[in-house]
Amino acid sequence: MAKTLADLMPGEGGTVAYVGGEGALHRHILDMGLTPRTRVKVGKLAPMGDPMEILLRGYSLTLRKADAAEIILEEE
Amino acid sequence: MQYVFALAGNQNSGKTTLFNRLTGSNQHVGNWPGVTVEQKTGTLLHHHHGKSAHVGPPMLRRNREAEENNDVQLVDLPGIYSLSPYTMEEVVSRDFITLQKPNAVINIVDATNLERNLYLTLQLAELETPLVVALNMMDEVNKQGDAIDVNSLSEALGVPVVPICARNGDGLDELVRQSMMAAEKHILPGKLDICSGDTHEALHAIIHLIEDKARAKGLSPRYAGTKLLEGDEKIERLLELDEGTLHIIGEIIARLEKQAGMERAAIMADARYTFLDGVIKKCVVKAQNAPESPSARIDRVLMHRALAFPIFLLMMLLVFFITFGPFGTWIADGFAALIKQGISLIDRGLTAANTAPWVQALLVDGVLAGVGAVLEFLPTIVLLFLLLSILEDSGYMARAAFLMDKPMRKLGLNGRSFIPMIMGFGCTVPAVMGARSMQSQRDRRFTIMLTPFMSCGAKVPIYALFTRAFFPEQGVLVMCCLYLGGMLMAVISASVLKKTVFHGDAAPFIMELPAYRLPTLANVGRQLWDKAKDFLQRAFTIILAATVVVWFLQTYTFRLTLADTMEESMLGVIGGFIAPVFRPLGFGSVSAATAVITGVIAKESVVSTLAVLSGTEVGSSQMMAALHGIFPSNLAAASFLTFVLLYMPCVAAFAAMRREMQGRGIALASVCCQTALAWLTALLVYQIGGLFVF
Repeated sequence: MAKTLADLMPGEGGTVAYVGGEGALHRHILDMGLTPRTRVKVGKLAPMGDPMEILLRGYSLTLRKADAAEIILEEE
Repeated sequence: MQYVFALAGNQNSGKTTLFNRLTGSNQHVGNWPGVTVEQKTGTLLHHHHGKSAHVGPPMLRRNREAEENNDVQLVDLPGIYSLSPYTMEEVVSRDFITLQKPNAVINIVDATNLERNLYLTLQLAELETPLVVALNMMDEVNKQGDAIDVNSLSEALGVPVVPICARNGDGLDELVRQSMMAAEKHILPGKLDICSGDTHEALHAIIHLIEDKARAKGLSPRYAGTKLLEGDEKIERLLELDEGTLHIIGEIIARLEKQAGMERAAIMADARYTFLDGVIKKCVVKAQNAPESPSARIDRVLMHRALAFPIFLLMMLLVFFITFGPFGTWIADGFAALIKQGISLIDRGLTAANTAPWVQALLVDGVLAGVGAVLEFLPTIVLLFLLLSILEDSGYMARAAFLMDKPMRKLGLNGRSFIPMIMGFGCTVPAVMGARSMQSQRDRRFTIMLTPFMSCGAKVPIYALFTRAFFPEQGVLVMCCLYLGGMLMAVISASVLKKTVFHGDAAPFIMELPAYRLPTLANVGRQLWDKAKDFLQRAFTIILAATVVVWFLQTYTFRLTLADTMEESMLGVIGGFIAPVFRPLGFGSVSAATAVITGVIAKESVVSTLAVLSGTEVGSSQMMAALHGIFPSNLAAASFLTFVLLYMPCVAAFAAMRREMQGRGIALASVCCQTALAWLTALLVYQIGGLFVF
C-alpha cells in the first residue's frame, strides 16, 4: 500500500505524488499548495493526535488525518 | 467620475488592517446579495500623512484625517485563497470582479508567505481588470533577513507591486497613487504564460474555441478558458457552449490529463505553483541559516502535547476571571454608579423644569431606568470582547480550533465551531455571525443551534441579582452550575441532533495556522468600537422600545385608564394568562411570567421588568425582599434561573439566527425546541430538587 501524508510522524517529510478526494475538498487541498512534487513536512499533531500540522511552501496548514490519507506520497 | 476599487487577499494577510487604514471611520457593513457573506464598503481616504496619521480609536481619528476622497469607494472582498467555484466567499469575489467590473483591484499579499498568496494573484491577473499588488508585512521580511526584489517581482507578474506595511501605514500613499493611476489609465495586467508545453497548447486551443462566447458574456477569454480547463461547471453553464464545442474541449482535456498524468484541477494548480516557484527563485533571497520562527518557538509551549489543554483552559478562565472577577466588577460598579448619578440629575432637572408628572414618570421610571439597567452592562461586554479579540488577532484562536477539532468532531462539529461558541458567552448575536467562517451549511446551522446554550453576557445581571437575593454565600457555585449546565445541555443536544437532523460528517478542517502577531491597537479598538456601537444601538432601539412598551403595558389597563394595581394592567393580564404554564416549575406568579416575556425582547430586561413590576429600584434591599415574594423558595429561584439559562434567545439573536441559517423555519424550530427544553429542565430541577429540599 502506498504511503500517505497521514502515515508521517511529526518531523518527517515527503514529496506529494498524487492528491485524491473529490470536488471541493480535492480542489481546496490543491489550492492550498499541496500539488504533486511539493515537499511537505509534518509539524505537530494536536494533543489528541488529530488534526495534524503540515509545513509546506513556507507556511503551516492544518489537516485531519482522514483527509491527509487522501494525499499519496512518492516512494523515497 | 466615481471609482470603485476592490480589495482582495488571503485570510491573515492583513486585509482588515489595510481596509481600516485606507477607509478610516467611513465604513458601511452589509451583506453580499443573496448570501451570508459580510460586505464592507468604505470611502477611500487620501494618504498624505504616511506614518503618523492613524493611531487611536476611530472617533479620535476623524478630525485629524478629514480629507476624504469622495470619488473612490473601496469594497472589501472576503478573505480567499483561490477563485474556485466551491465556496460562497470565492464565488462572491469572482462575480464581483467579473460582473461589477471595479475600476481596479488591490490585491494584498503577505510578503512572508509569497508562494501561496501569489497563487490568488495569478488568478486575479486573468480577469482583465486593473490590478495592483500591495506587498504587505515588508517589515517582517526585512527582520527575517530576507530580501525581495520588488521591481523584478512586478516584472515577473506583469502588475505594479507596491511594498507596504499596513500596520504602520508605510507605503499607502504610493499604493493609492498606483491604484488611481491603474484605474484612470485602465492599465491591465500583462498576459502571463504560466503554463508550458502540453498544458500551454491545450489552454490556447480552449481559449481559441470559446473566445467569442466569453467576450459576449463579458468575461476574459483567458479566465474562462482556464476555468473550463479546471472543470469549473459554473463557467461552463454561463458560457452556454454548444454540444460540439463541449465535446472538443472534453477531448482536449482527456488528452492533456493522459499526457500530464494528473487530473485537470491538479494540472492548473501545479502549473501556477510551478510558475511561482520560478518567480520566487528569481525575486526572493532567503536569509542563510534562518533561525526557527518565533511562532514555532511559541507553539512548542502553547501547543505542547501535555500543556496545550491546560494552557487553553487557563486562558479561558483568565478571560472570565478578568471579565467577571473583581476587576470587571469594579469597572462595572463604577460605571453603574455614574449612570445612577446621571439619572438622578435628570430627574431633579425635570422636577425643576415643572415637567408633567406622567412625562417625568415615563422618562425616569420607564425609559431611563430601563436603559440605565442595560447600559450598566456595557463595560462587561466591552471587556469580554477586548480579551477575545486580542486572542483572535494574535493567532491563538486558530490554534484553539486546532486543539478542539477532535473533541468537537465527536459532537459532529468541527474545530472552527468552537470559536463562535466561546463568543456565545459574550453575546449570541456576534457569535452566530461568527459561524460564517464555516463553509458548510450543515456545520454552520449545527453550530448556530448550539450557540444560545452558551450563557450570554446579558444574562449575567439576572444571575447576579438572583445570587444576591437567594444564594449570597454560594455565588461562585451558582455561576459555575449555570455556565457548565448550559454547556452540558449543548453537548446533550449535539449528540441528539447529530443522530437526527445533522447526519454525516463535519466539513474538512483545512485551515492555515497563521503566524503569531501582536494585535494592533487600531484593529482591536476598531472591533471594540463596532461591538460597543452595536450594543448601544440595540440598547437605544429594541431595548428602549421594549422598556417603554413594558412601562406602558404595566401602567395602563386594556381600557387605557391608569391601572391601580398591577393585576389590572395589560401586562398583568397577559402575564396572568401565561403564568399557569410556569406553575409546575415553581414560579407561577404574574411578575415572573412577565419577566420571561420581556426577556425575549432582551435578556437584560428580565431584571428591569422585575424591578418595575415590584415598584422597586434595581439592586435595592426592597427589591431583594420583593424577589422573595415572587419566588417563594430558593428552589423556585433555581428553577427560574435554569429556565432563563436555556430558553429562546432574544429577538436580536433570533434575527441573526434566521439570517445566518438561511431559513426562518429552521431558526423558529430551533428556538421553540430550546424553550421546550428549558421548560422540561426547569421542571426536573424543581420537581426532583423538591424531593431533597423542603
